[in-house]
Order: sequence, then C-alpha cells, then structure tokens
Amino acid sequence: MAAGLCPCWALLGGRRGALRALVRPARGLAAAKETHFGFQTVSEEEKGEKVYQVFENVAKKYDLMNDSMSLGIHRLWKDILMHKMNPSPGTLLLDVAGGTGDIAFRFINYVRSIRERQLQRKLKHHQNLSWQEIADSYQEEAVKPLGDSQVVVCDINKEMLKVGRQKAQHLGYSEGLSWVVGNAEELPFDDNKFDVYTIAFGIRNVTHIDLALQEAYRVLKPGGRFLCLEFSQVNNPLLSRLYDLYSFQIIPVLGEIIAGDWKSYQYLVESIRRFPPQEEFKAMIEDAGFLKVDYQNLTSGIVAIHSGFKL
Amino acid sequence: MLARLRRAAAAARAPLRRAAPGSPGGVRLSHAAPRAAAGRPAEDGCAEEQEGCCRLYPGHIPTSPLQKALLAAGSALTALYDPYRHDMVAVLGETTGCLVLPSLRDKMKHDPEGYRILQERPRIRLSTLDVNRLRGLPDGTLGREYIRFLEDNKVSPDTRMPAKFVDDEELAYVIQRYREVHDLMHTLLGMPTNMLGEVVVKWFEAIQTGLPMCVLGAAFGPVRLSARKLRVLATELLPWAIQSGRNANCILNIYYEQRWEQTVESLREEIGIFPPPAVRV
Repeated sequence: MAAGLCPCWALLGGRRGALRALVRPARGLAAAKETHFGFQTVSEEEKGEKVYQVFENVAKKYDLMNDSMSLGIHRLWKDILMHKMNPSPGTLLLDVAGGTGDIAFRFINYVRSIRERQLQRKLKHHQNLSWQEIADSYQEEAVKPLGDSQVVVCDINKEMLKVGRQKAQHLGYSEGLSWVVGNAEELPFDDNKFDVYTIAFGIRNVTHIDLALQEAYRVLKPGGRFLCLEFSQVNNPLLSRLYDLYSFQIIPVLGEIIAGDWKSYQYLVESIRRFPPQEEFKAMIEDAGFLKVDYQNLTSGIVAIHSGFKL
Repeated sequence: MLARLRRAAAAARAPLRRAAPGSPGGVRLSHAAPRAAAGRPAEDGCAEEQEGCCRLYPGHIPTSPLQKALLAAGSALTALYDPYRHDMVAVLGETTGCLVLPSLRDKMKHDPEGYRILQERPRIRLSTLDVNRLRGLPDGTLGREYIRFLEDNKVSPDTRMPAKFVDDEELAYVIQRYREVHDLMHTLLGMPTNMLGEVVVKWFEAIQTGLPMCVLGAAFGPVRLSARKLRVLATELLPWAIQSGRNANCILNIYYEQRWEQTVESLREEIGIFPPPAVRV
C-alpha cells in the first residue's frame, strides 16, 4: 500500500542488521572468504571493488558532503589531529587514504608556520645583524619554507587523488607534496621510511585492517608514529541514539540531494557501525607491533584518534 | 496470478519481518519481489533483510516518512535552485506522489488500453525502440516526430531516472511510465525542452495527472522565465494547455508503442488535445 503510514522506528535496526549479517553467512562460505560491506555480506574481492566505486562516485562532492554531514566539525577533528601530531620541520609524513588532501594541506600549513616562527626566533636572538645577514635569513625562508618537510599522499582511488591534486593547484600548494596511487594493504614504499603515518577516515574501508596496520609498521622509521583518525563508538547512550537517528535518517537523504547518490552514503554510515570500537582497535594496533598505543575520544566518541609508536 | 502468489509469500514472511523493528524503512509489505523469496546471499537479499522492508523492485530504496519528507523538501529546493538537476525533480515526484499515484493507477486499470499497459509493462528505451524504422516513417507520424524531437533537443529516453522511493511495485511502474511518456507529451504538444516548453508541458501534466510535482513545477517554473516569455505563456500557451488538459483523456492510457504509424494530428484528436497555438516557443 503506497499511501500507508510507515512507523518511523528508531534506528537500532542498523545494529540488528549487523548481528543478522554475522549470523547468516553459514551458507555462503564455501569458496570465497566473506566480509562486510556496510550491512551487506560480500566476498573479499567484491568489497575492494565496491569501495572503489563508492569513492569514485563521491569524489567530486566529497568535501562538500563532509561539510554538510558533519556541519563543518570534521575540520576541527582534523585540526586536533594535526595538533596532536605536532610535526616539526623536516618531518616526512605518509598520509594514507588521504585522497582529497585535507591532512596533507594542514600538515604543510602547520610546518610552514612553525618554520616561520623558528626563523623569527633565530632573527630575534641575533643582535647586531648586518643587512647581508638579514637578507640571507629571508632567502633561507624563501628557499626552504617547509624546512625539508614532505608529505606523501597515498590513495587507492585515482578519482580522489585527482580531486586532491586539483584542490592543491587551486589553493596554491606545490612544494613538499607528492601524490601516489597505492593500496594500504600493500604500500609501494620501502621499509623504515616515514616519520609519521596517518590515515584519516580511511581505515574502516580497508578490507584487511590488520594488513594495513602491518604495512604501517613496516614503512615507519623506528621511533615513528602511527596516527589514525576514525569514526568510533559513542559512549553516551542518549547521544548514541541521536547519532544513529541522524546517521541513518539524515545522511543518506543529504547524499541523495547534494550528490545524487543515496547508496554510497548509506554504505558510509553502515561502515562506521561495522568498525571495531576503541579498545578493540587499540588491541589490533598493538598486535601489529606498535607500542604506547593510546586513543583520544573526540565529540563523545563519534570520532577517535588512535596513536602508536614503532619503538 | 503471479501477483497473488507474491502476496501470499509476503504474508507468510510478514510475521518474521515484523519481529525485527528499528529499520529505516519500517515494516511494509504489499507485494514482495520474487528475488526476496529466493533469499540469495547476493547484496539484494542481504540488504533487503537488514532494511526490515524488502526491496520491492530493482533500485527500490525503502524510506521512512521522515526521510520522504526531507527528500521532498530538499529536492524541491534543489530543483528550484538548479532546474538542470533532473534527478531532484524525479525524487520530488516520487516522494510527493504517494496520494495521487493510486488514483492514477486505478484510472489505468479501468481503461482497456491502460489495463493492457499495466499488464505488459512496456518500457521506452533506446534498446527497445527500433530507431531506424521510426526514422523511416513518413513525416507527421508519431514515430517520426518523436525521433525528430529526441534528435533536435539532444535527449534520450535512457536518461530517465528509475523510480527509487515509491513503496509499491505497481505504482513505481506507473510513475516510471509517466516519466517515459513525458517526451511523447513534448512531441504531442509540440513543445521544445527549453524552460518555457517544459512549463507548458508541466501545466498540461498537472491537470492530467494531478501529481504534486507537476503542480509545483507548473506553479514555480514560471519564476525563471523572462517577462516576454511570461506574456506568451499567460496569453497564448496556458489557456490552450489548460483546455487541452481538461478535455483530453488520460495520457497514460495510450499504448504509444503500438501507434508509431499513427499521425500526430489524428492521435491528438483521439486523445482530445487541441492544436497548439502558432507561437514560437
């Protein structure tokens, strides 16, 4: 009956669906290993392809949708991540699943401002500088505004990287930035290369999270830091219900209206529910070999920053 | 017969379905799609289960009343802001049509040709149309003029969005048929796809179908027209469109695919559409 009235249930149906999906696959497990794609069950190869398609579809409106869905708060989360990282000039950062470049640009801004402050402080401490020396110091700032810091943005999806490169051109970022196509489960880099590894809102889309963590461990230098910014479990029950309602009722509608794509955003909110909670993810990071693993909840656990060190 | 079997299957599953609350789509079963009964572990089967409300047809996205309301409001604003977002116009039609579509479907059921259309479910697509044969028909025939319209305006029947948010399989077909017949309306009314032509067709369709989306389009479409076009619209085109709309039989009850050889004039006479005024649109 089309004209019937559908009662609007609270959105615990998401969790119910997740449980059912876990119980169900008894029949399908014969050949291919199965995993989850949001609340669906798919084979592992299929998941990679489907995730690729999702991000190919959303790439052009990705930033606009992020702002609309989180009401701009995602910018604060990323700023907090950068402050936590507190990179000094000369840091080599690998930003995985960094598609549209949000973390990379923040890194460059941060390092640039630190560098400027360094040079200013240096100038202040020198008394009686000759004009030549002052000119030299400006020259130094012009030549090395980032102080040899570099960020490599790695993403499996070419569309996202394309959008990121266009953004970089538009905003005027050129130095210290490289864009590489790569799979988080099999990074195209040598061992012990990077000072910091970040993955922001990307690791929940990886088919084998443990492999991604192992790769992170491999490419980091000893002493290097792993930082992960990801949606997590909300600890406040009232906020959790509001968050569920918002996620399942509003976000797909926003996706349809703004991006013309309901299904991709339905997948996005479902994939958040499938991601392990804070403690479990912490244990996974420890299993990969990281030490001093810790996490920080943001916005009551809607988002969490996990940090670990390769020591 | 098949529909009855489906309904029986749905009814059998209904108690189980109702036991799982808290889904975005709520619980609603009028016709269950056969693929749901097969319970394949493919994505359709799984997604259908977790939604609590089954996917009634390919592309169906079950939505709660809140979501429908938000979609209706959002799509209305977006379509007004950017009329080239045809997908938003389509979503507006689906989310606001729930009261009108059943009566449209009944109109079709009570007409012999309309009833046949509902049974046979023809779709107008480039793959099903024999474009070369239609192009070879004499000028003035429906087929020839339709192809001419498609080519002149550089549109294709394949770009019509499939129905997504209608919670009934038959009504989804009705709105799909309405969308696919829209281009034929342009042909029969002799209106191009510019803003003025679209507004005229929307007025005609609003009177014919009563769909809220057509009414809104008819009411708000003129906002984007220049003063000169508004004058033409108000003095010549609208009176004709309204009279034709009232006089004509239900346009969904014509099996257009079997009338390609019929001339446009004779079809207009048969339906009850008056000859279009001689203005440049």
